[in-house]
Amino acid sequence: MTIRRRDFLKFAGAVTLSGGLSRAARAADNARVYDLERFGNVRILHMTDTHAQLQPVYFREPSVNLGIGAMQGKPPHLVGRAFLDRFGIRADSADAYAFTCLDFEKSAARFGKLGGFAHLKTLIDRLRGDAGSGRALLLDGGDLWQGTGQANATQGADMVDAANLLGIEAMTGHWEFTYGEAALRKNLERFKGEFLAQNVFLTAEAAFNDAKAFDPASGRVFKPSLVKEIGGHRVAVIGQAFPYVPIAHPKRFTPDWTFGIRDDELQKLVDGLRNNDKVDAVVLLSHNGMDVDLKLASKVSGIDVILGGHTHDAIPQPITVNNPGGVTLVTNAGSNGKFLGVLDLNLAKGKVSDVRYRLLPVFSELLKPDPAMQALIDKSREPFATPDAEKIATADRLLYRRGNFSGTMDRLICNALRGELDVEIALSPGFRWGTSMMPGQPVTMQDVLAETAITYPETYVQSMTGIQIKDILEDVCDNLFNADPYYQQGGDMVRVGGMSYTCSPNEGAGKRISALKLDNGRTIEAGKSYKVAGWASVNQQKGTPVWDVVARHLRSGKRADGHDTDVTLRGVDDNPGLSNQG
Amino acid sequence: MTATDDQFSEFSATRRLILKGAIVVTLTGLGNFSFGAVPALAAANDKWPEEAFKQKGQADAIKALYGKTAEASDKVKLDAPEIAENGAVVPVSVTTTLADVTSISFLVADNPNALAASYNIPPGTIPSVANRLKMAKTSSVTAIVEAAGKLYSATKEVKVTVGGCGG
Repeated sequence: MTIRRRDFLKFAGAVTLSGGLSRAARAADNARVYDLERFGNVRILHMTDTHAQLQPVYFREPSVNLGIGAMQGKPPHLVGRAFLDRFGIRADSADAYAFTCLDFEKSAARFGKLGGFAHLKTLIDRLRGDAGSGRALLLDGGDLWQGTGQANATQGADMVDAANLLGIEAMTGHWEFTYGEAALRKNLERFKGEFLAQNVFLTAEAAFNDAKAFDPASGRVFKPSLVKEIGGHRVAVIGQAFPYVPIAHPKRFTPDWTFGIRDDELQKLVDGLRNNDKVDAVVLLSHNGMDVDLKLASKVSGIDVILGGHTHDAIPQPITVNNPGGVTLVTNAGSNGKFLGVLDLNLAKGKVSDVRYRLLPVFSELLKPDPAMQALIDKSREPFATPDAEKIATADRLLYRRGNFSGTMDRLICNALRGELDVEIALSPGFRWGTSMMPGQPVTMQDVLAETAITYPETYVQSMTGIQIKDILEDVCDNLFNADPYYQQGGDMVRVGGMSYTCSPNEGAGKRISALKLDNGRTIEAGKSYKVAGWASVNQQKGTPVWDVVARHLRSGKRADGHDTDVTLRGVDDNPGLSNQG
Repeated sequence: MTATDDQFSEFSATRRLILKGAIVVTLTGLGNFSFGAVPALAAANDKWPEEAFKQKGQADAIKALYGKTAEASDKVKLDAPEIAENGAVVPVSVTTTLADVTSISFLVADNPNALAASYNIPPGTIPSVANRLKMAKTSSVTAIVEAAGKLYSATKEVKVTVGGCGG
């Protein structure tokens, strides 16, 4: 701890600020990295994609996050050194550790874990207090209720308690929907804030059968927006849920609801808030993903700021986007509780006259945990503490997931699927959540669940032809690299075990994947059948939950027999979304 | 608000429900359904366009149906999802500010037969049609509006995906 404090002093510049105190001033005392000078008359605090990580975590940012077409080389598609250069962050600093993958293991030892709701609570309360009574608003961008074994077992109920204690005033959703309508509504009954989603509607059949809706006339299932009076000004917050819930997840969880981006409906809503409700500012609380938000900001007029999430991009400064009505700022606030966005607005009649934005890394070493939140976390963990705390293995290397194509954690999961289910090829979803583990760290069931805890964890084993395997890879690859962000879903590439392939991200749909080979070097033939295992299928499966398969594999002590998966990339040599680290 | 207005809005609400019901019914086949349902059947030139529905390609289908080509127009507003939630029932709708609309058609370029539906629009009817399309794979969807004897179109790509693996 002493050493870490010294590191913070030495490498101050912690916390990237766009504006604010000079770095030299902040360097004087590490306790002051969260001292923000007062600005404006309304403060909006934004957290997103915490994935239910109540405790502080390690989370390695990606070394591969490719932007294609017009997105190439632009935030969020910058990694490593290119990221530091773009945002003026010093290498070797605490910021460099929080925002990039550079020297991750070394820096993790120096700067410690990030996030944790008790630490977040302390920071949030402090920033609220600094803003002055009644002048701050706390928003959550969704993926709050999913990501741990505990959240999965309680269907997100534990996170509702944490959200209420934190004082979240409005949220939107994504994985929240995968608990199904009944559990979602039950949680929302206890949630003290508002659940906002302008882009969730009843299907025609559900509307015809008078299914429950916030507004039966339009078919909107949830309240689309709220208007909050703050310091004599009116601030509108619109919720934008993840647009592709019934496509990215099994449709059975949301049979009555239809989603989509729906920018026409959004434009009408913004116009109504501006013209009829006479608001002074419009904020979109979005779970679109950053590329989608950047495109949306160019099409829809009248939104001042988009507070974004979903793609887990920690972007220190807002991106300015021009549209027919003026300018919209687009942000994305990272994941796993690592960051808290602070948006200070100076509001005048009917407009935002000035803005200041910071994305603060939540260094748990620098924040005293809030006792009430810590007590709530400890209590909610009680029923799960014993079974989930048992050590089942030791991490033999840095285990992480995030990255466009692969990570060591998913290699481990693929090895487990192959080893335990006796198949040639394993497929594992390219989720962007899942914490990182340090070499030598004990691996517990809780850790395994932090990578796998979903409501459709069942594994499958089936025979697939070579062409079917290629089609799956092509399909997911287009969801990642379609040149039009509206056709992307925001996950990463499906992970493969037991095989390798070549990917050309710049090509069109159906033409990106080639040279599919088994680990033994044999070419995967289009017409030949292969035994494939996987999990997280959108079709209902009956196999053992993946966490049990992974735990069994870890307990067996078997080492990986196949070599690490190789994805050979073509046509992206100069892409700054690719770093040579990892 | 007058009593007449009240009655009218109630009527509208009921009518919308009936129409929704009717749209669900059209799922079972490519029937010629349109918003002014009953008058449409009485409209002139309502012969089943068998040749047009038989064509494989989009250009051939438009030619067989109308005998002319369409020009893209921002006055044709096509509403379709970017990514289909279910390729078997993709909801699409068309509205237009063009005057003298006589027909609205939907085409899916990469379906085995491109022409999916064609509606005759009788005079005095609001030119607004909603329909569902069955799509086997990603394709462009085109709406054609025939107005004052000319053809106008709007096109949007609708992706059909196997799904899953979202973040």
